[in-house]
Amino acid sequence: MLKKERHVLIILPHPDDEAFGISGSIAAYRKMGVPVTYACLTLGEMGRNLGNPPFANRETLPHIRKAELEKACEAMGLDDLRLMGFRDKTLEFEDDEKMVQLVTDLMDETNPSLVISFYPGYSVHPDHEASARAVVRAIRRMPVEDRPALYAVAFANNTEAELGEPDIVHDVYETTDQKLATLSAHESQTIWMMRDLNKRLADKDPEAEKWLRYERFYTYKWAEDFEQSF
Amino acid sequence: MEIVKPDHLQELITSFANKDVYIHLETTNGSYAAHRNEGFFNVGAFIRNIVVKFELGKVVGDSPHRVGLKLPSGWIYAQGITHFTVDEYGRLLMAGLDPDGKLSIALQISETPFTY
Repeated sequence: MLKKERHVLIILPHPDDEAFGISGSIAAYRKMGVPVTYACLTLGEMGRNLGNPPFANRETLPHIRKAELEKACEAMGLDDLRLMGFRDKTLEFEDDEKMVQLVTDLMDETNPSLVISFYPGYSVHPDHEASARAVVRAIRRMPVEDRPALYAVAFANNTEAELGEPDIVHDVYETTDQKLATLSAHESQTIWMMRDLNKRLADKDPEAEKWLRYERFYTYKWAEDFEQSF
Repeated sequence: MEIVKPDHLQELITSFANKDVYIHLETTNGSYAAHRNEGFFNVGAFIRNIVVKFELGKVVGDSPHRVGLKLPSGWIYAQGITHFTVDEYGRLLMAGLDPDGKLSIALQISETPFTY
């Protein structure tokens, strides 16, 4: 069961970042009537997958990915998508204070009881890490009693060795179809993966079923904050 | 984009010579290379909307091709170019796609700035 929230704020850098491990939860929140805002920082302009023969080029890819993201939001029932206009792979080179302010502004506006983003130090892609740092810093500046909960996605190879098992596991069985539709919506990124996933699901592969059904988050460990202050 | 036809690409490159042009040059292994293959030494370089004026541009070799631009006091080159197109804005987009269709290198030339 998902905890009922006042407002959920999702902050991620790339279209499709939501699809793999959060979309089932987003769809479930929307079903519960919880408002969800999704701030997507870039349009994944630097995605490598152009196909062979190519279906896109470097300059058309963001347009394709934007349309895919809009379709994905429709699949999740998400009606508050914010496109923040940064360029893929540049977030860590932006002014760090500006990135914190962006998160603060989004929180001031939406007053979330829950923020979902990546876990700093355990999210692999430099844009994930930059987003995660900005989110943690913005929340850290709030008085403890006013802070929203922070659920962080972590998938670095050393995650379980260092963070242990995730403390928040959402069973999204009831929104599986929406999750699959969200994954499929990001066709330019997922078409090959979906062929494999659909085959594994048809074969009743328990690992694939588990991956689809359970979404795993770590509540950010403030006691082991990634830095003292910013 | 289509597979490079060297003669056609050569004509297109030459059409941008001796005028101010915006360059996009990129090499990449992807941000997940060291995640999927621990210890992989991941490198890449990216420049976008740098204005240059080249005096000679050439496409050389069998596919994947090499493309070099000679500047008044320097060079730009890209190795591994397999595909090209001229888009609706008259920009020459060249890319090196691996057999899976993943971009490994891009060299793009335009008389107008590329978007952000």
